[in-house]
Amino acid sequence: MLQHTVQTCIHSDTQLKYLLQLADNALILSHRNSQWCGHGPILEQDIALTNIALDQLGQARNLYQYAALLLTEKTGITTTEDQLAYLRDTGEFKNCLLAELPNGDWGQTVMRNFLISSYQFFLYQELQYSNDGQLKAIADKSIKEITYHVRWSADWVVRLGDGTAESHARMVQALELLWAYTGEMLEPCDYELPFIAKQSSFIKAAWEAKIAAVLAEANLIHPTNDWMQSGGKKGIHTEHFGYLLAEMQFLQRAYPGLEW
Amino acid sequence: MDQTANQLQDQFQQRIDLEQKIEPKDWMPEKYRQTLIRQISQHAHSEIIGMLPEGNWITRAPSLKRKAILLAKVQDEAGHGLYLYSAAETLGISRDEMYEQLHSGKAKYSSIFNYPTLSWADMGAIGWLVDGAAIMNQVPLCRTSFGPYARAMVRVCKEESFHQRQGFECLLQLSKGSEVQRQMCQDAINRWWWPSLMMFGPKDDESPNSKLSMQWKIKRFTNDELRQKFVDMIAEQIKLLNMVLPDPELTWNEQTKHYDYGAINWEEFKQVIQGNGPCNKERLEARKKAWADGAWVRDAAIAHATKQAKRKAAAQTYSAKETE
Ligand SMILES: [Fe+2]
Ligand SMILES: [Fe+2]
Repeated sequence: MLQHTVQTCIHSDTQLKYLLQLADNALILSHRNSQWCGHGPILEQDIALTNIALDQLGQARNLYQYAALLLTEKTGITTTEDQLAYLRDTGEFKNCLLAELPNGDWGQTVMRNFLISSYQFFLYQELQYSNDGQLKAIADKSIKEITYHVRWSADWVVRLGDGTAESHARMVQALELLWAYTGEMLEPCDYELPFIAKQSSFIKAAWEAKIAAVLAEANLIHPTNDWMQSGGKKGIHTEHFGYLLAEMQFLQRAYPGLEW
Repeated sequence: MDQTANQLQDQFQQRIDLEQKIEPKDWMPEKYRQTLIRQISQHAHSEIIGMLPEGNWITRAPSLKRKAILLAKVQDEAGHGLYLYSAAETLGISRDEMYEQLHSGKAKYSSIFNYPTLSWADMGAIGWLVDGAAIMNQVPLCRTSFGPYARAMVRVCKEESFHQRQGFECLLQLSKGSEVQRQMCQDAINRWWWPSLMMFGPKDDESPNSKLSMQWKIKRFTNDELRQKFVDMIAEQIKLLNMVLPDPELTWNEQTKHYDYGAINWEEFKQVIQGNGPCNKERLEARKKAWADGAWVRDAAIAHATKQAKRKAAAQTYSAKETE
């Protein structure tokens, strides 16, 4: 577990919560994508998705390292990226539920990536104007990668939505399943407000327009259900998430305090 | 064999002897082509199957840095598979045919990947020993007589030596760690040492294909020569880890200036090749499942591309009519 002082510090600091939320989304999505490595439907695409997982892991690390630095300064207790990733329990992770859902088939995986990457694209575009120099630098670096993630995943959504009757049916199903988890990304929670209060309605509108355009190109009917699941940002996760962390954190938990 | 065939044969061997590269469009003996297809595709399959044992630890890597290194490494292996499938394709076999041969069990892959990865230290041991043995085999292949294979191997070897260093560094970290970590490290070395020696293939006097491959300069060193080089290298490097190799007979021989080593269990080697290794079934099943589960994706990609092409053609006809 994180030291109590560090935990309390995170708890009372909106900036830290905000950074961790960004980092957790990147890490958990990377983790899910990395599960495809070696099992993809086409060798070139196995490589492409692993590349994306690596980008997302890199983004997560930059954010955790920044948060760890702030925590070290504020508490006087040396804090590391690994402590933040490996020593927090489910309730302390702030990623959206959408990022943690199981991969499902290839269609569900590319659809999830498309929905999240598109959001990250408009969000990080705004973060490039952040007053926080460090966050701005991370956004500058990430936006190039995310631009590619959006293009890659949108191409796949179109390909599969338009492809065969089977692929179309699978994409309809994927969209139906995932749609209810998109709202959480777009509604800023209390600790996000100080950072994106002004921009959030623009981000939401831009995201909606992007999604509508790609779904139309993919011959997929835009979902109409507007009941949205939420909780991840507040630490209330799906049942899947505990297993994800149990696996990811296994070595750090079984053999605490070692260097690897 | 008639006159011209004999001439071609002679010219071919002359070019080989002059160290000229054979390119896909050049004449080559059918046996040379078949030998290469078998060897390159087997090599490609090994890269792809080889993703599985290490892939087994991607979601459990103990730090974010290690996770990134491992993920990038396994991805590199996929890239190696890709280069090698492309090189084999220049000899007139398609990637789908090669997959078919792998899935049906007709094509082999390196037996080392039929062993399980049981602890984190296995990631280090594989990098150090398995990638290390692979390099010994592959560095001479950078000068192999078939051009596309040689060029693919140049790219592969650069990355493999990086993998080996990372693997060693992973073990070095463990060797400096707690008692538990040191045990993990030694245990992984114990399990991977003998299988990695088997990666060089049967002893020279029992290696049926070697002679012709040497004559054609597909191979440049014998199995035993490469194995000895590897033993000599690892026997030195292990000192830096303060670990031991699980071979009581391993000793420096002042006369030969090489390390002597104990007898390899060739019965185990034979069993694993025949499909009785601990993970043969799982490895092949995982590949077959990925292929079967991906069928609808590949079909859809083709269907979409076809539709797109039709739409484009229709749009062109339409605009041509417009401007008439
Ligand atoms: Fe490789
Ligand atoms: Fe390698």
